[in-house]
Amino acid sequence: MNVPVEFPLGLAAALFAIGAFGVVFRRSVIVVLMCVELMLNAVNVTFVALARELGAMAGQTAVFFVITVAAAEVAVGLAILLVAFSRRRTLDGDQFASLRG
Amino acid sequence: MPEIQTDLLRWIVAAPLLGVVLNIAAALGNRAKLARLVGPASVIVAFGLALVAVLRLAAEPAGAALVDDVYGWIEAGPLAVNLAFRVDALTAMMLLIITGIGSLIHIYALGYMDHEPDVARFFAYMNLFVASMLVLVLADSLALLFVGWEGVGACSYLLIGFWYAERANADAGQKAMIANRVGDAAFLIGMFILFWGMNALHLPSLKLSAINAAAPLLASAMPWLPTLVCLLLLVGATGKSAQIPLYVWLPDAMAGPTPVSALIHVATMVTAGVYMIARLSFLYAQAPVAMDVVALVGASTCLFAATIALVQDDLKKVLAYSTVSQIGYMVLGVGVGAFSAGLFHLLTHALFKALLFLAAGAVMHAMHGEIRMSKLGGLGAKMPITSKVFLVGSLAIAGVPGFSGFFSKDMVLEAAFAGGHRVAWLLGLMGAACTAFYIFRAYFLTFRTEVRAEPEKMAHLHEMPPVMTVPLMILALGAVAIGWLGLPGGFLWGNVLGEWLAPVLARAPGHHAHLSAATLLGLMGLATTAALAGIALAWVFYVRSPALAGRLAARSGAAYRLLWNKYWIDEIYDGLFVRSYAAWSRFAWRVVDTTIVDGLVNGVGQSVTLLAGLWRRVQSGDLQHYALATLAGAVTLVGGAWALTAGF
Amino acid sequence: MIAFWVVALLAIAGALVVVLHRNPVYSALGLVLTLFQVAVIFALLEAPLLALLQVIVYAGAIVVLFLFVIMLLALEPEKRLAAPFPVAVAGLVLAGLLGFALAAASTVPLAGAGQGALPAGFGSPESLAASLFGAHLLPFELTSVLLLVAVVGAVVLARRRS
Repeated sequence: MNVPVEFPLGLAAALFAIGAFGVVFRRSVIVVLMCVELMLNAVNVTFVALARELGAMAGQTAVFFVITVAAAEVAVGLAILLVAFSRRRTLDGDQFASLRG
Repeated sequence: MPEIQTDLLRWIVAAPLLGVVLNIAAALGNRAKLARLVGPASVIVAFGLALVAVLRLAAEPAGAALVDDVYGWIEAGPLAVNLAFRVDALTAMMLLIITGIGSLIHIYALGYMDHEPDVARFFAYMNLFVASMLVLVLADSLALLFVGWEGVGACSYLLIGFWYAERANADAGQKAMIANRVGDAAFLIGMFILFWGMNALHLPSLKLSAINAAAPLLASAMPWLPTLVCLLLLVGATGKSAQIPLYVWLPDAMAGPTPVSALIHVATMVTAGVYMIARLSFLYAQAPVAMDVVALVGASTCLFAATIALVQDDLKKVLAYSTVSQIGYMVLGVGVGAFSAGLFHLLTHALFKALLFLAAGAVMHAMHGEIRMSKLGGLGAKMPITSKVFLVGSLAIAGVPGFSGFFSKDMVLEAAFAGGHRVAWLLGLMGAACTAFYIFRAYFLTFRTEVRAEPEKMAHLHEMPPVMTVPLMILALGAVAIGWLGLPGGFLWGNVLGEWLAPVLARAPGHHAHLSAATLLGLMGLATTAALAGIALAWVFYVRSPALAGRLAARSGAAYRLLWNKYWIDEIYDGLFVRSYAAWSRFAWRVVDTTIVDGLVNGVGQSVTLLAGLWRRVQSGDLQHYALATLAGAVTLVGGAWALTAGF
Repeated sequence: MIAFWVVALLAIAGALVVVLHRNPVYSALGLVLTLFQVAVIFALLEAPLLALLQVIVYAGAIVVLFLFVIMLLALEPEKRLAAPFPVAVAGLVLAGLLGFALAAASTVPLAGAGQGALPAGFGSPESLAASLFGAHLLPFELTSVLLLVAVVGAVVLARRRS
């Protein structure tokens, strides 16, 4: 099994772009969070691909950290989301604009 | 020159300062009695201490000095100034004038200010003045001298405007302050340049003795420097000593209580300029051009002010212009290099003019503030003592032989003649004739001739209490006797004062060409004739045929009006300086400040508000907008990195 | 190669479901699909342990958490799916550009790449552990602190509701 490194990297680019588009495109904050997870996964794919390409385990270690941080982020993010929902009865991102200058 | 260390001198200054503190306490606690005790007592204590110091100095060989180094005051780079006092022959004379005459005036003030509710404030200012004046003459450095110089100016301002409720008095105080500011600025600049020069010679000091010692060095290293410094200091002196062109404040200064006029504006503060020039006599001796200017200023002021005094109606105004004129003699004296002659006139003038002022004050007090001579007359019968002492003062100032003014004025004129300043001498001689005329005009119009005052005022008229007349009599005695300290050389005991002062004063080279006895007698005769002619003329005009004066005034209308309006100098200054300054200030206010400066400041604020209003819209608070911006940044970064690595 | 293509297309399909589906439950399921495919990619790229972690942590914990919240809030399918039209178009253009730029950048030759055979045991749990507890011990410990903070933060946020 020998996939050239450009292929996983291309897949990662596609996933990252779709995730980024989703962050901008979707109103629902919970879906935005999912899109962020997509983008993180895209990054993980590049890490793993390049780790194999360069023969460096540091790439895989980084993925380990990213997964951990993503877990923490989701935990806190969803907690915030719950609080926000209880205040506004909605998860529509447009409704959370109290920082408007 | 031997210097004797002593702790005595600081207490001479401390005594009146303590008086200030106690008087302030008295003012706050409303204890007029305490003020009336402390006010004069503190000055008398200072007089006693000064007497001790002078006697101790007299016991030392000539040229010695007492020194009291209190503490280091300023240390900045090469400059080190100590708060240090020094008494030499010149300071000793000034000390006795200030504290001696000051004591008499303070005692007199007890009577003069007896109805004054604010007497504690009055004595607080007076004591502060005495302390400042003592600092001025005791200072061993130019910097400390300047402290006293400013201190007496401030007290003068406070006391001229003592009855500040009246607008004219407050204005007179401000006029004095502003005229002195002009002079003091020049004084400061002169001091800075002087220190710069001293520093360039590696003698970084402002000590008066060091300046005098370094004067020849300064002159040889930088010939222009002593002249420039002396001229700038002269401007300072014209402010403080009321000389042309800054004399204008002194006549107005008579708005203050009469003892103030006698103490500050006659005997002490106004002579500070003369004292300062004499103090730096070695420096002035190196600046012949500056000396000539000094002599010219003195001589012209002397005649100029005397002519104004000829026609004034206000008795105190006559005396004020007379003071300006007499200080002109002193300045003339120091200007022609006869420092001791100028100082001698300072001494005699302090006595006889203080006497005249206090006598005029007694008249004013008795007449409930009336001081216009056209409303006085014939007071001699009701006020015999005042009348007699005024006559003594008049004889002294007129220069009648035997009285003190004769000796000192003659010495100044003689020195001017001997030094080759013939024009200055002539101006001085004419001034002397005018002096004799105006002072006897004042005497006749006030104490002789018919009574012109309202009858009800005459009914209450009485001689002053002893607390006022005794100081007057002591001053009268001094006004006669003090002149005998300065007899012409070789006559009886000779010039005692001149010999006492000689070690601390410079001898200007080229001056004092020896005059023959015949010339001397001739000069004396001329001066005496001028004085007697002035007196006689005054008698003719105001006693024998009073109508004559009025007719003359009417005949020479233009000249009379010129003198009556004091050459319109006040009006000229008003137009030249006050109005143009006000116009400039208005320009600075309306155009520079409100339009340009405020416009800039407000413009900055407004443009920030405007820009912030624009930028505010960027902060929409909408998550998607922020995400979009982040995305755009990411595209830029990645695209840029790719473009760089791919080698576009 | 065929396996890779299948996996990659499935991953992209799952991602599109996440972004485009109205119902958040389907979005979550699409996310699961993508995450599984990424796990397969990991396995293909000599990272078996990470593939396992991907399935356990992401699919097993994170997506379950998402679903749990969706159920808890009883979220309906959204009526207003997309951001305002200009924002959506701008996002599409920018995301496309970003994808293109990233893909283009991945073709740039890499210094030190493709140096033949991998070291023995590359990607094994032992080698990951050696890296994690050797050179990267400090980040590892910091991560554990971060997790602790996240737990405390989540608890505090959740408690405030009462």
